[in-house]
Amino acid sequence: MKAFAHLFDRLDRTTGTNAKLAALVDYFRSAQAMDAAWAVQFLTGKRLKRLVNTRELRAWTAMATGLPAWLIEDSYEQVGDLAETMHLLLPPGHSDRDTPGLADLVEEQIQPLKTLSDEQRRDAVMSLWQTLDGSERFLFNKLLTGGFRVGVSKRLVTRALAEVAGVDSTLITHRLMGRWQPTAAAFEALVAPASEADLDTATPYPFFLASPLEAEPASLGLAHEWQAEWKWDGIRAQLIRRGGETYIWSRGEELMSGRFPEIEAAAESLPDGVVLDGEILAWRDRQPLPFAVLQKRIGRKKPGPTTLKNAPVCFLAYDCLEWQGKDVRTLPLGQRLQHLGHSMSQSSALQHARPIDFSHWRELPALRDSARERGVEGLMLKRLDSPYRVGRTRGDWWKWKVEPYTFDGVLIYAQPGHGRRSGLFTDYTFAVHDQDALVPVAKAYSGLTQKEIDRLDRWIRNHTRERFGPVRSVEPVHVFELAFEGIQASPRHKSGIALRFPRIQRWREDLQVRDADHLDDLKRLLKSGGKAI
Amino acid sequence: MASNHVLVPDAGGLYCPAGDFWIDPLRAVPRAVVTHAHADHARSGAGQYFSAREGLPVLTHRVGTTGEFNPVEYGEPFRLGQTRVTLFPAGHILGSATVRVESEHGTWGVSGDFKRAPDPTCTPFQPFTCDVWLSECTFGLPVYRWPPTEQVVGEILDWWHGCIEAKRPAVLFCYALGKAQRLLAELAGRAPGPIWLHGAMQPLTDCYREQGLVLADTRPVSAAAKGYRFGQDLILAPPSAAGSPWMRRFPKHSSGFISGWMRIRGHRRRRGYDRGFVLSDHADWPGLIDTVADMQAQRVITIHGNGEALAGFLREQGLQAESWNLRTSLQTPSSP
Repeated sequence: MKAFAHLFDRLDRTTGTNAKLAALVDYFRSAQAMDAAWAVQFLTGKRLKRLVNTRELRAWTAMATGLPAWLIEDSYEQVGDLAETMHLLLPPGHSDRDTPGLADLVEEQIQPLKTLSDEQRRDAVMSLWQTLDGSERFLFNKLLTGGFRVGVSKRLVTRALAEVAGVDSTLITHRLMGRWQPTAAAFEALVAPASEADLDTATPYPFFLASPLEAEPASLGLAHEWQAEWKWDGIRAQLIRRGGETYIWSRGEELMSGRFPEIEAAAESLPDGVVLDGEILAWRDRQPLPFAVLQKRIGRKKPGPTTLKNAPVCFLAYDCLEWQGKDVRTLPLGQRLQHLGHSMSQSSALQHARPIDFSHWRELPALRDSARERGVEGLMLKRLDSPYRVGRTRGDWWKWKVEPYTFDGVLIYAQPGHGRRSGLFTDYTFAVHDQDALVPVAKAYSGLTQKEIDRLDRWIRNHTRERFGPVRSVEPVHVFELAFEGIQASPRHKSGIALRFPRIQRWREDLQVRDADHLDDLKRLLKSGGKAI
Repeated sequence: MASNHVLVPDAGGLYCPAGDFWIDPLRAVPRAVVTHAHADHARSGAGQYFSAREGLPVLTHRVGTTGEFNPVEYGEPFRLGQTRVTLFPAGHILGSATVRVESEHGTWGVSGDFKRAPDPTCTPFQPFTCDVWLSECTFGLPVYRWPPTEQVVGEILDWWHGCIEAKRPAVLFCYALGKAQRLLAELAGRAPGPIWLHGAMQPLTDCYREQGLVLADTRPVSAAAKGYRFGQDLILAPPSAAGSPWMRRFPKHSSGFISGWMRIRGHRRRRGYDRGFVLSDHADWPGLIDTVADMQAQRVITIHGNGEALAGFLREQGLQAESWNLRTSLQTPSSP
């Protein structure tokens, strides 16, 4: 644990990418393979299953510090991170004692917690709180509470591993996909020289991600070198058919087998040794259904007949990454699409997403503007001679999304943020007029500059009306323009509506509260099916 | 406010009706008792100033020399109206004081800011007994617990040595009055390289030296030769210099910030500093609690900071405690 804590300190004590990379490389070269394997696991954003709930952790912190529960909550509100709050509140540990390695800590101390009784669990955690100190204890708390962000991206970890292994970082990304497990053997395989044998048949390819197109499509060059597709509003997924088995992976690298039986059934018609990239959508009568319908399927590990009937899904394939058992990602898009065509026999649950016919850039704006009516998010533009790349590499794949909806809302509640925004009021609730009242319609966290956040934070502190725990109600004075992607009826919300992905577009200091929008304006949008204002 | 109050919030500070004076007013008043020279406690425009003798040079540097300045010795009472006033050392910065006000309504103690940790640049905090203790509460939550000063100074030196090895300038941000000089006193005789000062820190540091305090040697950044790389050096600058064009003369620098706020990781990361060093001129939570006990007050009023948590905690301990927001006394009643 000391070595991992030392790595954390080095990562935490610099804002420079090269220094972080050097720290990671040093660690992966010197650490025990079993410890390094867990480090990879955590640094790439994977979490331990939560074994202790935060209510228990708060109670034990109260017990260990003698502080009242409300004071622990007040402290948490200021710190914005429960793991850190507990660490800062607890009396100093015995930093002189030997501490277990990362793998031992996880496998021998943390994971066995699930088999213990409540009292045993409490004693185990409280005793580790006494043994560990400094960053070690903070990190232990982070592992217990789940989240683990230390200012390094998965891409940076991959680069460090690639440097240690002496292979290309895309290979490391590939090796880390799918069912990678944090074991000493897996870490050794991860940093081994290149070989084809190390990937298991379920392993998906790293996804290629499109970048947002800020300029006009004409800036991309010649129209005939590009292909346009609809940007579907579903779950990005990879469909693997190998060795007579089917695997469906989400972009979050979650194996979704069993969740979409109709897609798996349709996939049996695929030839062996095929991997398709595409989108899972709720789909009926040649049309996508709203994302809300798909949401009914997302959480279901084993959907029942009613769900299958009410929320039918389909895999819309738009790329082919493997053909006849061979990785074809380096072939140009045009050729990969031919393989895609050959592999597919159309069925209702597995379809070929055809490109859009167009010959001039000038045709595209109108197509994009029709996106909402068609139930898609906009257009994708892909260079026809481009390979299938890894991650968010700019240049060959662009997403050109339809302009979001906007409305003007009034700030009525604020709450402190977390992490980098801890102790600052950065989580806002916005309201619109409903007769004589203001009714909350959206919460938003992003969209303001740091300067605006600081200014708003000061204002909120000086204009608080009431406090409800961490939430403050403020005088309705400030108006903000908010953007959102969609709207649906929601009996759970007081306003009767729920907005999809609301975020702050800008602070409208030119507007008064009376200028803000009315609930009826938003509800009208609902009636029109969210298709047009 | 009840009539038996010795002090009431007014003009951003506290007003004493029986003595007809203000403590740390932020608006111009006829008679001010000033605890120390930081801008949120000392402003220009008072007719008369009463302040600790040790702090007078720094105070006049900050607020100018207009007005009548009355130097006061620590521990020596003087009369103001119907009250007897005594200043005690607060241990916050050079010449900082706490105020004891004795009147027929009882004895009240008022802190400007204070700390209990040792500081080579000022006289240590001295407790006194009072009926009501008005305590600052800048760091009024139990997460604020300071590590020993020696440990933090060691961390700063380790960081500086690391920067020397990497040939990078070490730029350390800290408040220009108090913290900078405290650090320089701690570093006297231990600095592994030259120390440079931002222009805003120079006159205040001179003020300290003129009063006989031993500080590490410094040079003004403005005196550095053009193109000089600062590769072995420590540069002290106020936080306002971070991100300004002034910083361009320190290419590839590593940045640190010295403040009690650096106890919280998110505070440091939000400001984008490489390193945060937890060294404060304020009392930490245990310091606030211990001081309440030392003052033997039955009633505590928290001021300067978010004092509701401390007040609530003290109430649970059986004391009378409440929180006052002095800033609201600056607003005129008619404003929204």
